[in-house]
Amino acid sequence: MTADMTNSNKDYLRNVDGGLRRAHLFDEIATATFYIVSGAFVLLLIAFTLYVVWGGVQAISPEIFSFSETGIGNQFFNTVYLVFLSLVISVPIGIAAGVYMAEYAPEGRVTNSLRIAIETLSSLPSIVVGLFGYLVFIIMVNTQWNLFSGALAVSILSLPLITTTTYDAFKALPIGWKHGSLALGATHWETIWHVMLPASVGPIMTGIILAAGRGFGEAAALLYTAGMSTDINWSVWDITSPVCPLNPFRPGETLSLQVWASRTEATSASAGDVAAAASAVLMIMVLVFSIGARLLSRHLAKKSEGENA
Amino acid sequence: MYNDSVIGVAAAEADMPIRSNLSFTCSHVNLYYGSFQALKDINLKIERNKITALIGPSGCGKSTFLRTLNRMNDLVPGCRVEGEIMLDGVDAYKDVDPIVLRRHVGMVFQQPNPFPKSIYDNVAYGPRLKGITKKSELDEIVETSLRQAAIWDELKDRLKKSALGLSGGQQQRLCIARALAVNPEVLLMDEATSALDPISTAHIEDLALELKKKYTVIMVTHNMQQAKRIADRTAFFYLGEMVEYGDTEQIFDHPQEERTIRYVSGNFG
Repeated sequence: MTADMTNSNKDYLRNVDGGLRRAHLFDEIATATFYIVSGAFVLLLIAFTLYVVWGGVQAISPEIFSFSETGIGNQFFNTVYLVFLSLVISVPIGIAAGVYMAEYAPEGRVTNSLRIAIETLSSLPSIVVGLFGYLVFIIMVNTQWNLFSGALAVSILSLPLITTTTYDAFKALPIGWKHGSLALGATHWETIWHVMLPASVGPIMTGIILAAGRGFGEAAALLYTAGMSTDINWSVWDITSPVCPLNPFRPGETLSLQVWASRTEATSASAGDVAAAASAVLMIMVLVFSIGARLLSRHLAKKSEGENA
Repeated sequence: MYNDSVIGVAAAEADMPIRSNLSFTCSHVNLYYGSFQALKDINLKIERNKITALIGPSGCGKSTFLRTLNRMNDLVPGCRVEGEIMLDGVDAYKDVDPIVLRRHVGMVFQQPNPFPKSIYDNVAYGPRLKGITKKSELDEIVETSLRQAAIWDELKDRLKKSALGLSGGQQQRLCIARALAVNPEVLLMDEATSALDPISTAHIEDLALELKKKYTVIMVTHNMQQAKRIADRTAFFYLGEMVEYGDTEQIFDHPQEERTIRYVSGNFG
């Protein structure tokens, strides 16, 4: 009798009412949906990559990988060189701007207006940036299309990425690290340099990868800045010569522009193959760069943090 | 007026100048955050080689007062300090660069805050800022500081490991070692045990008792038992005022002020 009483009294522990049952059901549906959506994206990415790379593999011929007019060698070099130049410009400025916003700019109006300016900059259509670059870096300077102008145009696009990732990384650091350093007699700058920047390497590297990706893939901003032609003579190493590969003030068509041109304007029979091979090479470059940057960032973090306990 | 040149312990060492037995002398200290007055006319003399506890309810100004001593309040926008804070007879606000002051007045925070660096690099951080680069010299400072913080034996085989992998109690002792490595005279502890378990707390309390032989320790604590256990002198703060200051026993057993009586007996209303 008493046992029965106790049992029936504890029914409230065993009971799952309709509302809760529905909540559980929704929980399972939501979980399944997220799995399906993220799985679909991964599949899409893999399929796309394989499609592009497979197209490239089929198009392979020694001719295409040559540094001649019908190959993609020169464009490959131009792409690497342009991304390198744009990172040389945008990484120091972007990190400095992010640090300034996070650490020096007065909170409130200054940071807010800077943020709005940066967000606007990052949402500019790249063709607008390209035409702006054409006006400012080419016409106003009274020069011809050149790689350096292209790098400047790409820097305008990639600066906001590096600035915001640096800013966000600094803002996410525990305030205790900053106070701890200052309390030990470090100046503000020493604190930034020795504690805050090393602790932000990972997120900043993400910004750099995004910025480089922008450079690798950019076409519209380069149309009227870096130009649509490339004329390199690999035996000329006088940097002032317009055909020297390392001269940044020569026109330099990149891979993505070459893809675009081959698919739209080219008349030669091999244009399709060139586009396929260039796309594949571009994709592999971005992948290699991302993985390399991640490894570098992990190495730097390990060096600064010490080994894991 | 008080006599500022009482012969202290340091006088025993022949080549040392005769030092006052006072570390900090604060007169008429007022502190404002914008228009809000957080400290009201604080007059307090901190004795050398003693543990001084600052107690009082949340928001009473005890932490704010602690941070005036190493000028960490300078970092707060809109914060203004009036009055005089003398360290060893020198005006800490007029005649001392804040960077120099902080090298002489170390601080341990409520939350352990080791840097995301190796244990070794955490302790060597301060000395390196002072320009010490020689490895043998740094090695020695790291070992001495970790020994003083009673954590050398636990950590000596893992100096290259990340400090973030340590337990909370270990992290806090590492932070004490990091503060001691710049060779300060005063150690400020801002509720340094409130995030720790009882065993780690006991470690830190033992450590404070050991450290007062060489350093002056000033601690903010919410834990009145802790003040009773280890502090020589106790100051009771309430609503920005320093209500009463005296020997710890006196404050807890024979408080003079009505507000102190109510606070230490736990009947605060």
